[in-house]
Amino acid sequence: MRYSGFKVIKEALTGHRGWTPAWRDPEPQSHYDIVIIGGGGHGLATAHYLSKVYDEKRVAVLEKGWIGGGNVGRNTTIIRSNYLLDGNEPFYEMSLKLWEGLEQDLNYNAMISQRGIMNLIHSDAQRDAFVRRGNAMMLNGADAEYLNEDQIRKEYPFLNFDDARFPIKGGLAQRRGGTVRHDAVAWGFARSADSHGVDIIQNCEVQGFRIEGGVCKGVETSRGFVGAGKVGCAVAGNSGRLMAMAGMRLPIESHVLQAFVSEGLKPVLPGVITFGAGHFYVSQSDKGGLVFGGDLDGYNSYAQRGNLPVVEDVCEGGMAIMPMIGRARMLRMWGGIMDMSMDGSPIIDRTHIDGLYFNGGWCYGGFKATPASGYAFAHLLAKDEPHETATAYRIDRFRTGHMIDEKGMGNQPNLH
Amino acid sequence: MIINHPLLGPRDSAEFIYMGDAGLINRPDPETASGEEWYAYAYLRDNPAGEHRELWWHEGGDRSWLVVTRNTVTHEISKVEIARDVARAQGRSK
Repeated sequence: MRYSGFKVIKEALTGHRGWTPAWRDPEPQSHYDIVIIGGGGHGLATAHYLSKVYDEKRVAVLEKGWIGGGNVGRNTTIIRSNYLLDGNEPFYEMSLKLWEGLEQDLNYNAMISQRGIMNLIHSDAQRDAFVRRGNAMMLNGADAEYLNEDQIRKEYPFLNFDDARFPIKGGLAQRRGGTVRHDAVAWGFARSADSHGVDIIQNCEVQGFRIEGGVCKGVETSRGFVGAGKVGCAVAGNSGRLMAMAGMRLPIESHVLQAFVSEGLKPVLPGVITFGAGHFYVSQSDKGGLVFGGDLDGYNSYAQRGNLPVVEDVCEGGMAIMPMIGRARMLRMWGGIMDMSMDGSPIIDRTHIDGLYFNGGWCYGGFKATPASGYAFAHLLAKDEPHETATAYRIDRFRTGHMIDEKGMGNQPNLH
Repeated sequence: MIINHPLLGPRDSAEFIYMGDAGLINRPDPETASGEEWYAYAYLRDNPAGEHRELWWHEGGDRSWLVVTRNTVTHEISKVEIARDVARAQGRSK
């Protein structure tokens, strides 16, 4: 069924009795050409591009719970492509371009809103760094714009410009950045993949890999063995647990990142603001809540909830840059589990086991990457070679010294 | 989280800096270790869901290094030791 404005009106006039489920609920078959583990944003995007672009017809997505119940429903919904390094920027710019055409591609309203993102600048050194980043973005075909203090005052008059510690001296804007309704991304990819023949199998937990002679033959699940020509893992947050079943140790630690939403307010915040120096960023959802977050808690965790010191730190950051936030009450807070890699960049690669492919290490930048991650992983699975924008995301780069370390922090995952 | 410091008693975890898996105590011998050993030491982690032994540095306190045994699923801390004692028990001289 195609969705359209006409269809909505027709259904409104006929009591909404014509809507059908957006995807099937099939039983797992005994064998697929490609099995994707993880029904989150990246796994479902991979299935969509595998079936639609790469014409793979026997594909399944295995999800231990329900689709979209993990990090794709726990992030702060921001999209952008403001990276510095050559290994990253073309990939994220491809992702932003895919976002721009996603709703037409999926025939699904993901409420993609290119309201712009602004990184605030407080010092000469930070200005130099951000101008350099903006130039790198433009060299890769992305948009970037340096704004001085007066220009920011016009757009965001309520910010604390004259703070003694972090006075606002300018900003790096990316006008094409913005926000998306994150649940709709999971549902839209799932619906499209399903319509192209992909089996989306929920409540099906992978409990082991069947590996014979260095070749992955399939996965043992809570619903029996599922054979596969190729197995792609896209379970960021739980990558360490999953790949341990294949005997692999990863260059990844799992960390908890918290996010927050205020009560609903009238529109006050036109775009996304990041206050990196103060560990705070914020946007306003279409429902009116201020959606904000800050740093990792900083210790290994699989708990999907954090602790109070970081709540205090994030709220202090908000009060420092945007004092009017103090009038709003906090409505909800939650945590998500991040694959924090050793250089802050992701991995999309084959493993040393034939037929086993890995997608993970997204740190806290996975949501914006969803379409490109799915596209590049689908390319890798279908063609057995990396997509041209993802050639740097090799799993062995830590062994060979080809790290992609945007912040230059080294192998300290909680600092990326 | 409250870390029950062996010398100072219960302290807020916010006083500490988290320094990763306690296996980092066992640094390879620079005279003999292979590149593969250094790679594993520097970059690969077990990253378990459940009990995890890890290093916490008391930056906002007595600047001691602790080995904390903590459950990564519940955040429950079951054991706190001075890292030096752990290293010596493993045969290290200092």
